[in-house]
Amino acid sequence: MSDNTTGTNTAAATSTAETGDTSVHSMDGTSLGDVTGVEGHRPAPGGKATSVPLLGRDAEPAIFEMSSPGRHAHSFRTTQVPEWSAEELVPAGHLRPEPLALTEVSERDLVAHVTRLTHRQYSVDLGAYPLGSCTMKYNPKLCDDAAALPGLIGAHPAAPASCTQGWMELLCDLSDALCEVTGMHAVTLQPPAGAAGELTGLLLMRAYHAAQGSTRTKVIIPDSAHGTNPASVTLGGYQTVTVPSDERGLVDLDALRARLDTDVAGIMLTNPNTLGLFEEDIAEIAAAVHEVGGLLYYDGANLNAILGVTRPGDMGFDIVHMNLHKTFAVPHGGGGPGAGPVAVSQRLAEYLPGPLPQREEDGSFTWRTPEQSIGRVHTWHGNSLALARAWSYILANGGDGLRRVAEGAVLNANWLRHALRGTYDLPYDRPNMHEFVASTTSLKKGKGLRALDVGKRLLEEGFHAPTVYFPLIVDEALMIEPTETESPQTLAALADALIDIAADEEGAWKAAPRTTPVGRVDEARAARTLIPTWDALDGQP
Amino acid sequence: MGHYVPHTDSEIAAMLADIGLSSLDELFDVVPAALRLTGGLGMADGLSEPDVLAEMERYSERNRVGADLVCFAGAGAYDHEVPSATKRLMMRTEFVTAYTPYQPEVAQGVLQALFEYQTMVARLSGLAVANASLYDGASALVEAVNLAVAETRRPTVWVSGGVHPHWRAALATLAAGTGHRIVEIPLRDGVTDWDSAPDGETPGAVVVANPNYLGVIEDLAPARAAADRHAALLLGGFDPVAAGLLRSPGADGADVAFGEGQPFGTPLSLGGPYLGLFACRLDLVRRLPGRLVGRTVDVEGRPAYVTTLRAREQDIRREKASSNVCTNQTLIAVGAMIQLAWLGTAGLRELALRCARGTRYAREAVLAIPGVAPLTGGPVLREFAVKLPVDPAVAVDRMAEEGFLAGVPVGLRDGVTVAPDDPAGERGLLVAVTERRTRTEIDAYAAALEKVVR
Ligand SMILES: Cc1ncc(COP(=O)(O)O)c(C=O)c1O
Repeated sequence: MSDNTTGTNTAAATSTAETGDTSVHSMDGTSLGDVTGVEGHRPAPGGKATSVPLLGRDAEPAIFEMSSPGRHAHSFRTTQVPEWSAEELVPAGHLRPEPLALTEVSERDLVAHVTRLTHRQYSVDLGAYPLGSCTMKYNPKLCDDAAALPGLIGAHPAAPASCTQGWMELLCDLSDALCEVTGMHAVTLQPPAGAAGELTGLLLMRAYHAAQGSTRTKVIIPDSAHGTNPASVTLGGYQTVTVPSDERGLVDLDALRARLDTDVAGIMLTNPNTLGLFEEDIAEIAAAVHEVGGLLYYDGANLNAILGVTRPGDMGFDIVHMNLHKTFAVPHGGGGPGAGPVAVSQRLAEYLPGPLPQREEDGSFTWRTPEQSIGRVHTWHGNSLALARAWSYILANGGDGLRRVAEGAVLNANWLRHALRGTYDLPYDRPNMHEFVASTTSLKKGKGLRALDVGKRLLEEGFHAPTVYFPLIVDEALMIEPTETESPQTLAALADALIDIAADEEGAWKAAPRTTPVGRVDEARAARTLIPTWDALDGQP
Repeated sequence: MGHYVPHTDSEIAAMLADIGLSSLDELFDVVPAALRLTGGLGMADGLSEPDVLAEMERYSERNRVGADLVCFAGAGAYDHEVPSATKRLMMRTEFVTAYTPYQPEVAQGVLQALFEYQTMVARLSGLAVANASLYDGASALVEAVNLAVAETRRPTVWVSGGVHPHWRAALATLAAGTGHRIVEIPLRDGVTDWDSAPDGETPGAVVVANPNYLGVIEDLAPARAAADRHAALLLGGFDPVAAGLLRSPGADGADVAFGEGQPFGTPLSLGGPYLGLFACRLDLVRRLPGRLVGRTVDVEGRPAYVTTLRAREQDIRREKASSNVCTNQTLIAVGAMIQLAWLGTAGLRELALRCARGTRYAREAVLAIPGVAPLTGGPVLREFAVKLPVDPAVAVDRMAEEGFLAGVPVGLRDGVTVAPDDPAGERGLLVAVTERRTRTEIDAYAAALEKVVR
């Protein structure tokens, strides 16, 4: 295999040359290397981004630095509307004394500036993004086009229902699909993100208990839970009670039982949990919580793992939020917008936020607000275009495709865990779902290699870093979620990179990353000397 | 289907062999058999991409938009121009397909764009610091109230009845959890009547919007005075387009400013994703909700950007965090930054002026229709409310037949604005005119309205 096309990894190339073995060096005895592409070459990994030429070493000036008095990009429609002056239109005393200074740039310079900014940004479209808990899968371009259709983007949210029948039908169809996927009865599409879904769910829990005449004060969450869970619990007016994980990485059932009483409003669980492990005792957990009159809340951040395999409703959950920006490929947009619909069982349906789109017998669509609705949680109908994207993704996949998504995600994550065994600590080395948590505890003891360093070094290898230091119960955690859209070749290259980083005896990680637009960023200084705007920079070095 | 899972059958077999399994089903052995879905999801199989697009076009075509339904509706969602530059740049997939900037060394693009956005929002609001976005206007109001209550430790909140009714609805929903006591202060002659505020509990926050929901320009001074009487924080709702002409909330004494950023680069989109604008005084920054980008340097001393004061946030403070926001609306914020730079200093003012001119022109034409009168007094800028001789919802339906989205039905119950679908109280129609509406369209609109209210 002298002309092995992967050839980017020295170690792999060497081992191949020495042994004549086509297998990936990261896994002894792997048969993956036997899978060959054209003319017997191993396909190059599609998700490795080291070829990207990030030009130059200069900082990009701020848009305010490019300003030249009198220059502009704007242009307005000819309207023939009379040209009253500002003084004629605005009562004295309310008029801004001078124009608000923004910036004065040409369209050409603006486009160049923003385009250069994009060249300083990693993204899924550039390469693999194994950021645990975030499900950074490929976002099909089809969904971009679907959500840009003129009849969808042009609809005013307060237009009468007769003018938005298409949108309402789409939302109904999506609602039905989300209920089917989760095994629930009804859904609100209003929450604009996962955390908003959590809070909505907790308020539904509140409304339900209040209707039963009970005033419960506590919500249980596992110690492995995401930070939004306890923060939402507080905003929902409850106290957080933490239940520890056992040595399996699962909810400690005895400890849970010890915490259950009639003051418990419910429990919030992620299943698979944030360690990537399926809560095998979920049926027992559900029975125990229901026995004291509590409800089960499902944090759907990890729903990708179980699509078409099992459903929260069948596990006994009463309230489920989904992150459409994870499971259903809504792109993350650099931090949003997402969508966090909340689905509920029948007994909670009448409390859902309204209005809900509803299909009438004559095939038309109306808005309906449930009798005992907790009220709105969004100005309008949620992040509608994100909902439309998710629906187009569901249509393209179908029931069969969604199951394949889960299979691919779980297969990739398990393969990668196997590949890293022996290199990184695997505190919970058992069959995982869509992600797993590794640790650098031993490497740190041995040579000072921390999870943070691994992440920074990985950037130099053309991959985004995994999630680091989460979940909190694992020391030096590396939370790795490859997702189903990365090919086996990309996984192998990622494994190679991670193994090489761990094998480094020279400590190259200390200076990493060196190939990125900026080197390690001084975060302490950012907090100490806060510069949140260009105007605050005045006088700062 | 499963178009987006790249594995070939032989690759799957090889990978399974590597991990000692013989079938994909075995991957799910950890799921108790009783919980496993047998027979698959009750959903159709996947479609090809062209078939999906055809299906999506079918939904799209069943909405009435654009030239088919010329938009005179506002109420927090405005039909502004989105120029090609903004549209194209917002589609850059480096922005679209990135996650929250957790690794600043490879996220300088998003971080710097957000820093520029924060600068612009701070300037618009007249306050020192703005966050990297919230979900929408409603969530910006809710977070502003949460900040003020935490700061003053007083859960009573006086909210002007001129604040968007849907924002107040969301505030009421979330108050069920936080226990905040929301007291609504009625409008009189179109502006908030702070003198009618109740005695008794001292508010921790006073909330006002300028222009208010009915489009009326409000003086912040009485609201500031009410806040000062009780050492409460003043939370000022603002319209970022009107800000091109009006004094900023910060200049008029607001401690926190909140608003809806949809007008800058985001189409109507049935109401989302939009953009929650949030800014506050510098000394309140440790209670700022959501993400904040700061400028710093890298190891070589080069300028660099990073999310900062992270210790405020949910992932670190957990149940003690004052906000649960994680994912926000970054892409929409980046779009707003681009749109504001495209408008520029002169363009923002020009935009506001054009909206105000169209509004004046349309208002005069509409008020000339027999039987039509202003719903309230007070000066307006880019939106106005009128009483009609017919039910406004009926007028909207009839106007749709004429090819116009006539506006948004509004109402006042005991001086407090109500949601469009609430038939209570004194009813009217809220009409918005943006820079996109031509004189011809406005003339045709007024003629049609005259016909349908007759
Ligand atoms: C496990 C888990 N729960 C909840 C959330 C919160 O979701 P969002 O960021 O959409 O608010 C996340 C997102 O990072 C998550 O990973």
